[in-house]
Amino acid sequence: MKNICFYFQLHQPLRLKRYRFFDIGQDHYYFDDFQVEDRIRTVVEQAYLPANRTIAEMIRSSNGKFKCAFSISGVVLEQLEQFAPEVIDSFKELAKTHCVEFLAQPYAHSLASVFDAAEFEMQVEMHAAKIHDLFGVTPTAFANSELIYSDEIGELIYKMGYRTALIEEAKHVMGWKSPNYVYSHSYQPKLKLLVRNLKLSEDIYLRFSNPSWTDFPLTAEKYIHWIASSPQEEKIFNLWMGYETFGQLQRFESGIFDFLKAIPYYAMEHQIGFVLPSDAAKKAEPAAALQSPYPISWWGHEKDLSPWNGNDLQHEALQKLYSVGERVRLCQDKPLLHDWLEIQSAEHFRYMSHKDAFGTNYETAYDAFMNYMNVLADFLERVDAQYPTTIDNEELNELLKTINNQAKEIEELETKLKKLKSRKKD
Amino acid sequence: MFGWEFPPHILGGLGTASYGLTRGMAEQHDMELVFVIPKPHGDEDQSFLKIIGACNVPVVWKENDWHHVNQRIGHMMHPDEYFWLRNGIKYNYSRIYTNDLGCIDFSGRYPDNLIEEISNYEAVASVLAHQMQFDIIHSHDWLTYPAGVFAKQITGKPLVVHVHATDFDRSRGQVNPTVYSIEKRGMDAADHIITVSNLTRKIVIEKYHQDPRKITTVHNAVEPLPDAGSFTKTPRRDKVVTFLGRITMQKGPEYFVEAAYRVLQRTDGVRFVMAGSGDMMNAMINLVAKRGIADRFHFTGFLKGRQVHEMLAESDVYIMPSVSEPFGISPLEAMQVGTPTIISKQSGCAEILTHAIKTDYWDIDAMADAIYSIVKYPAMYDSLRNLGRDEVNAIRWYDAGMKVRSIYNSVLHY
Repeated sequence: MKNICFYFQLHQPLRLKRYRFFDIGQDHYYFDDFQVEDRIRTVVEQAYLPANRTIAEMIRSSNGKFKCAFSISGVVLEQLEQFAPEVIDSFKELAKTHCVEFLAQPYAHSLASVFDAAEFEMQVEMHAAKIHDLFGVTPTAFANSELIYSDEIGELIYKMGYRTALIEEAKHVMGWKSPNYVYSHSYQPKLKLLVRNLKLSEDIYLRFSNPSWTDFPLTAEKYIHWIASSPQEEKIFNLWMGYETFGQLQRFESGIFDFLKAIPYYAMEHQIGFVLPSDAAKKAEPAAALQSPYPISWWGHEKDLSPWNGNDLQHEALQKLYSVGERVRLCQDKPLLHDWLEIQSAEHFRYMSHKDAFGTNYETAYDAFMNYMNVLADFLERVDAQYPTTIDNEELNELLKTINNQAKEIEELETKLKKLKSRKKD
Repeated sequence: MFGWEFPPHILGGLGTASYGLTRGMAEQHDMELVFVIPKPHGDEDQSFLKIIGACNVPVVWKENDWHHVNQRIGHMMHPDEYFWLRNGIKYNYSRIYTNDLGCIDFSGRYPDNLIEEISNYEAVASVLAHQMQFDIIHSHDWLTYPAGVFAKQITGKPLVVHVHATDFDRSRGQVNPTVYSIEKRGMDAADHIITVSNLTRKIVIEKYHQDPRKITTVHNAVEPLPDAGSFTKTPRRDKVVTFLGRITMQKGPEYFVEAAYRVLQRTDGVRFVMAGSGDMMNAMINLVAKRGIADRFHFTGFLKGRQVHEMLAESDVYIMPSVSEPFGISPLEAMQVGTPTIISKQSGCAEILTHAIKTDYWDIDAMADAIYSIVKYPAMYDSLRNLGRDEVNAIRWYDAGMKVRSIYNSVLHY
């Protein structure tokens, strides 16, 4: 039996406000609240809410046969809690049906998996805890920000206990192989890899309403027929896209919601089922091991890191940011730690790209770089104010340990003292 | 072509642009160019076109013998050509003061009696129009529009006017009615109008009420600098930020001073240089003193030739905060020697550059921010330097020449 595995990604960065260099050291608030609220409300009303309603209805009318997975970044969860709590509620409702799965990812939708392994682990744990708090489930499958994956990252997530990871159909990794099988990590055979079906995914999020496309108009019947007529051995079809596809990238008027609703109907007609990533990986035996020595992602033609780390500007910004990772993790200051997460969102670096600054609110890559670096300069000053850079991390760690242990030691000594005193009385 | 300036003796960007464009057009082998300027010096590069000096064209019939003519103007024009052109005199211009050859003395600059010089140039055009063979008339800038219009009236050949600037750019809106009427008459009579940027195109449509269908933008380019590698940057402790150009209202020098003041409040290790001269220079010196930044702000006076490129190459940032710049070729020159550039969005060249920082001319905060980040972050400096140089080297006069050619073809109905 063939299965479709739907997975939707939700993420919106916290946009930075215009931050001039005069503000460095004067103003420690970096975000453009108006823009953030406006953007989140728009995407909620156009996409998230109607799409959630549609999926709830599909689950109900298919008697729980329809299933899909979500990966929601911590950053967007916080925005939803603040500006659109009704979306959180509607995800809670979906969670109750047990037909949806929530995937793990770094909390800030960051590039930490490539630049700072310790930060990456911390963020994944933080995100899992947040998902558990909200929806009462713990993620078991992993979908990195922008589906970034390499052998090294695979090993990291394997060590953290994840047994399923989602990756992109990148030609230089897949070669002639079909994405419609389950694969495994190159040297950790227990970590199974699901591969996005690029063509079928793009048909929905990129081409659905494009009248110059030869297959326009796309109907659910035609679409399911493509899947049904694939070779017998191909069992799993991974259709992954951003959740804003429904209602924002493809407008309501294009009929995208009706298309989605009709899918389970035609799928059942062709004996095609739906499956969640974790279950899909559990059931199937891997067809082969995939090697990916260099990181791949789900953007661009190259499917690499170049949208975020492709030019000198991005390189410098990322280096500066992650050079203080260890130091920041020693800090206790809550607002500082929160800002640390927010300024890691991958989009801030995407906007500095000369060739592919998707969704940017800046006029040029240079503009994005200037603004970000001013914010970062202020942030670094704040980190410095917590613990001066003259002390190196190891020394600082020792000092902190001593300070933190002091309390314990005093406690221990006091109990000893009490004991001795009581003994004396006797 | 009618022009006013041609290198090496130039007073502004018009001469540079005329040279580059004709040079690019000359690469088309079926193109023959004759360029008329008021007063050649004899050392112009004539390898790819023919230059006629208006000061050597007779407008009043005077009898002279061959040897006398040869002695007087032989170094610039063959005497036979003089006698041949003399046959083109059809009107009585004896009201104009002429010399012993029947020629008019031109200054070739921008003198106080500029309007008179323009109409004298028109007289010369009538002689040339009657005597010479050509397919198309191309007039560069308003000074030569009357000549072009007259030549068109005489021959019926199509006229293309090339707008390098309008009086609205030069005067920040305080337009001189005489100049405006000359410009408007030229544009009205033209079969096609070429503007150097979309910004200028918009002005021509809105202020001169021209039909958008007969206006095409052909962006300027920049001549490759053969000795770009010979300009080096001396390592120094302080970063240098440079403004280079005429210190006049049009160029927005006061915004540069204000931005400098903002940068210096937060950082030291930056020096500011204002190179050039102009009617606002003293006002700027006063402003610098008033802001109390005179120790870090320097004036060099007028620079020319190689000095310009040397100054640009020595700078860490070049800035052009022009209030209204039809094109602005100097940022391209700065980028050729690898200097990161900040330009105002009100400059025509902003339309074709991506690896330059663009701000509004009045937005001194943005300007200061850009200066700060270029001097502070090596990645910013290196990106702008390397990508900017590559970008500018890809902008070629040949392509501009091809665009002009297609306009010619359309007005000739080929």
